Amino acid sequence: MTGTAAPAFADPKHARHLLRQMLRVRRLEEKCVQLYSEAKIRGFLHVYIGEEAVATGVMATLQPEDAVLATYREHGHALLRGVAAGAILAEMYGHQEGCCRGRGGSMHLFDAATRFYGGNAIVAGGLPLAVGLALADKLAGRRRVTACFFGEGAVAEGEFHESLNLAALWQLPVLFCCENNLYAMGTALRRSESQTDIALKAAAYEIPAWAVDGMDVLAVEEAARRATDAVRAGGGPHFLELRTYRFRAHSMFDPERYRDKAEVAEWLERDPIDHLRSALEAAGQLRKKDWDAIQREVDAEVQAAVDFAEAGTPEPTDELTRFVYSERSAP
Amino acid sequence: MKTTYREATRAAMRDAMQRDDRVFLMGEDVGEYGGCFAVSLGLLEEFGPERIRDTPLSEAGFVGAGIGAALGGMRPIVEIMTVNFSLLALDQIMNNAATISHMSGGQFNVPIVIRMTTGAGRQLAAQHSHSLEGWYAHIPGLRILTPATLADARGMLWTALEDPDPVLIFEHGSLYNMAGDLDDDAGAVDIHAAAVRRPGADVSLITYGGTLQTVLDAADQLADEGIDAEVLDLRTLRPLDDAAILATVAKTHRAVVVDEGWRSGSISAEISARITEAAFFDLDAPVGRVCSAEVPTPYARHLELAAVPSAERVVAAARQAVGAHG
Ligand SMILES: Cc1ncc(C[n+]2csc(CCOP(=O)(O)OP(=O)(O)O)c2C)c(N)n1
Ligand SMILES: [Mg+2]
Repeated sequence: MTGTAAPAFADPKHARHLLRQMLRVRRLEEKCVQLYSEAKIRGFLHVYIGEEAVATGVMATLQPEDAVLATYREHGHALLRGVAAGAILAEMYGHQEGCCRGRGGSMHLFDAATRFYGGNAIVAGGLPLAVGLALADKLAGRRRVTACFFGEGAVAEGEFHESLNLAALWQLPVLFCCENNLYAMGTALRRSESQTDIALKAAAYEIPAWAVDGMDVLAVEEAARRATDAVRAGGGPHFLELRTYRFRAHSMFDPERYRDKAEVAEWLERDPIDHLRSALEAAGQLRKKDWDAIQREVDAEVQAAVDFAEAGTPEPTDELTRFVYSERSAP
Repeated sequence: MKTTYREATRAAMRDAMQRDDRVFLMGEDVGEYGGCFAVSLGLLEEFGPERIRDTPLSEAGFVGAGIGAALGGMRPIVEIMTVNFSLLALDQIMNNAATISHMSGGQFNVPIVIRMTTGAGRQLAAQHSHSLEGWYAHIPGLRILTPATLADARGMLWTALEDPDPVLIFEHGSLYNMAGDLDDDAGAVDIHAAAVRRPGADVSLITYGGTLQTVLDAADQLADEGIDAEVLDLRTLRPLDDAAILATVAKTHRAVVVDEGWRSGSISAEISARITEAAFFDLDAPVGRVCSAEVPTPYARHLELAAVPSAERVVAAARQAVGAHG
């Protein structure tokens, strides 16, 4: 590809990997929406379409021993963390093959094997937990990072402020990742915060904080790498404000009266997947057959996940009250 | 007039806003979004953003601010999306709203109304589905309302706003779409008395809120078996209408309490205790209870259904109460 002005990627293989990761999230979410309309999935469903670069970029910098917490919009986080797509979908089917045996559903995915501490449907509910996980690591002398994702809506809650203060005061290894998609349900950031610069709030707690273009997966990864490295090296908590947008409604019940189509259309232009894909193509680092193969493989993964969920079974009803208390002794 | 529980609740708020300009509505997404369950849809256009006030996600803050505004002479209606989120504001509700009148020796009072959704049945899992109204009914200083009918959805709010003290209104999430007829001139209703929703002679089924319909269905099934059940809708969980509870027990001599809360330490336990304390010698059978299984609400539909009171379980408990009579 001589004669092209497009800058080449230093590590095209890695860029293609990130592209594929984002596509896995996108296709899984699209499938969830379809399955919801077919009433296979019930309850509340919140999808991450449009925001894929955020979790993909951050998660690429984490190690298996690290911990992750997210919100009710967490299917993608679970998938990227290594939870099988089939176990995620089976959970939303309410089947015992699901990652939480069907007890949690879409908003409450957990997975001990990958240190994925949920899925939390209480806005800001995960932040204090992240502080505590990091405190445990610090007390035990382990060099691990706890990454905590939350929406910008959480910034208004007291738990946000209490958590940032504790993490900074005790210099705990937490990476706070604020997914600023500009809306908390129907409430625009500018209508809910007197100071809309979120990184500035973190800075007020003496936490190093940067705002990042959350539609650019490489920018996210680079910022996250800098932050995780610092956290792991004992540099205390760090904070990323990831500026992004949700392309779809808040949940499946949202008629979207609070934002106009033109604004959505503007952001659609910045689709993180299209963005990376065309940059790779322009640089001659993604051939049509590469892209076709990525799509084929991702579609096959999602289809296999659907098949797995469909083949699942409901847990026997007489097990209803299991797990209210532990069935194993403390390790 | 044909209406729904949602529309009746909205009509009650509109009416209150029109009647008293000290009344305003405040909560998350009550304005531009139209209410998370579309209860306040259209009110922003009608009353403007000062009186239909969207708040940031800060339950402790805006519930506390509502309490402060009530102290300051306003008549706030504060909406909390779901009872589980009210726990973030529990400090304000319990340590301020419920205590200030008493702590101040009666100098101050807190005329606030806090509305929230409660209950399971929509597969929303363990952080959105609980029935904690019984917990709140534990707290002196609060009045706890559980409208179960269109007339109560329409009528309880105004009476609650006229009350000088804090009133919490629990709207079961599965009721919003309930449709039916309501008198065109329906208005304020009392918030003191329980109501007999179905007279009967053989057994008293005592319930409130989201399980009223379940219990009425059970009563129909029992009628087919020749068991004539009386259904008492408590309407108010604090203070309880002891007279109505004792009157129905005096009539049927058997009682089953149906409550979507967990059984241990529940409002059903309180009602059962009051019956045994005051009407022990009227009883022909032990007081029965049908409550939710003692488990955080599971997501899977079959498990959720197994967890909450069903008409079948109510029928079985009523049969047992009747059968226990030698
Ligand atoms: C404490 C609490 N209050 C209210 C809600 C209802 N609710 C669920 S999501 C949401 C908006 C949150 O927005 P944000 O934090 O920006 O995350 P996003 O949905 O944009 O990812 C609200 C108000 C909740 N789940 N928890
Ligand atoms: Mg948001």
